[in-house]
Amino acid sequence: MLMKRLIICLDIRGGMVTKGVKFVGNQDVGDPVSLAHKYYEQGVDEMVFYDITASAENRPIDIDMVRRVAEQIFIPFTVGGGLGSLADMRAALLAGADKVSLNSLAVSQPDIIRQGAREFGNQCIVLGLDAKRRPNDARFPSGCEVVVRGGRTPTGLDVVEWAKRAVDLGAGEITLNSIDADGARDGYDNDITAAVARAVTVPVIASGGAGTVEHLRDAFVIGCADAALIASMAHIDGRSPLDLKRELVSMGIHMRL
Amino acid sequence: MLAILDYDAGNIESVRLALRHVGGDPVFVRDAAEAAKADRIVFPGVGSAAQCMTNLKARGFDSLLREAVARGTPVLAICIGMQLLFDSSAEDGGVAALGILPGTVKRFIPDAPKTKVPHMGWNTVAMPTPHPLLPDAREPDAFYFVHSYYAQPADPGVVYGTADYCGLAFTAMAGTGSLFAAQFHPEKSGPAGLDILRRFLQWDGRPC
Repeated sequence: MLMKRLIICLDIRGGMVTKGVKFVGNQDVGDPVSLAHKYYEQGVDEMVFYDITASAENRPIDIDMVRRVAEQIFIPFTVGGGLGSLADMRAALLAGADKVSLNSLAVSQPDIIRQGAREFGNQCIVLGLDAKRRPNDARFPSGCEVVVRGGRTPTGLDVVEWAKRAVDLGAGEITLNSIDADGARDGYDNDITAAVARAVTVPVIASGGAGTVEHLRDAFVIGCADAALIASMAHIDGRSPLDLKRELVSMGIHMRL
Repeated sequence: MLAILDYDAGNIESVRLALRHVGGDPVFVRDAAEAAKADRIVFPGVGSAAQCMTNLKARGFDSLLREAVARGTPVLAICIGMQLLFDSSAEDGGVAALGILPGTVKRFIPDAPKTKVPHMGWNTVAMPTPHPLLPDAREPDAFYFVHSYYAQPADPGVVYGTADYCGLAFTAMAGTGSLFAAQFHPEKSGPAGLDILRRFLQWDGRPC
């Protein structure tokens, strides 16, 4: 039976893993390669590395870092940020990444999803989708709008409609990040997660808002998520992935121990 | 020599890094004459069946693999490498494959939100058949899968292990003689996967 996955997200700024806390700003938490190795040893199922300043600094993703991570961890990992073309995607995959995550680029050039899927296979293409609550707005039947650039730029796209379109284009997985919940540590937005999970035929990763192990359980049970992504719980609270998964297993969630 | 067949089929760097991590010294090999010198062959692959078969044949790797298995050279096939060992695949409208193992390859049928395609993530593999590449596990181990197609062997004797996806039992490991094939990615399956790779480096090619 397929297991639920626990994924740790590492946001990288200036070569260091950083964690943004709502209304507080960013805090450096360590070197990406050594943190990756630590979490691998602690039994995390998968990791995501976002080079969050690459786009703003108009440079490609740090390929050397991708390579050093690939030498250290023997589980799947995704990279995102600073992927502006098929060539950038290819470089990241050849350096040892398993998947690439497309976010703003997918919105501005949806065809990049199709091209990436054709070139590298659907399973390599993750749609990063930032969702913002827009209640009572007829333009957004799902109740959420797709936003880009860290939530600052609205796109006019409905979250569920965009998710379906991206899957039609070839996305093999969706990371659904709630901008409202992100950093608040008050639980995932399970409503929109479940709406997307029911609407598409590819795996959905819940992201944004995890603070407790119950939040993780709810993402799986209520949000129908295939995987749950955490950051602060690992980086700030120092919760070991294996301990979290043991607790989840005791709650009846099927996970790898 | 430990050869990794390089036929432009996706991410083979991960396979190289994992084999190095467990003490191997793998080299990427791009033509059959070179690969014929290998005393151990890894047949990886990510991509579409039709493209992979075209590339395999262009390099002469189709005959090479048949001969290696006939000779008793240890061969480890991974993911689409495993699927291509069978007679044919339903991918890309139907593709004739290597025919080293009897059977066909079919697609999972999606049914959201439960059955997602690709089947992506960690799944437990029951190992009813003892094999030198596998630990004597009483509890099934979990391995990392990512695939939309699965093999349906015509001979149950070639099935080494199965996994369950939403009620469908599919072949997770298969083989014959010196050939061992995994649908999952041992190079991405943490310590359990590295253990298979480590055993492969020592394997004499006998199935028991």
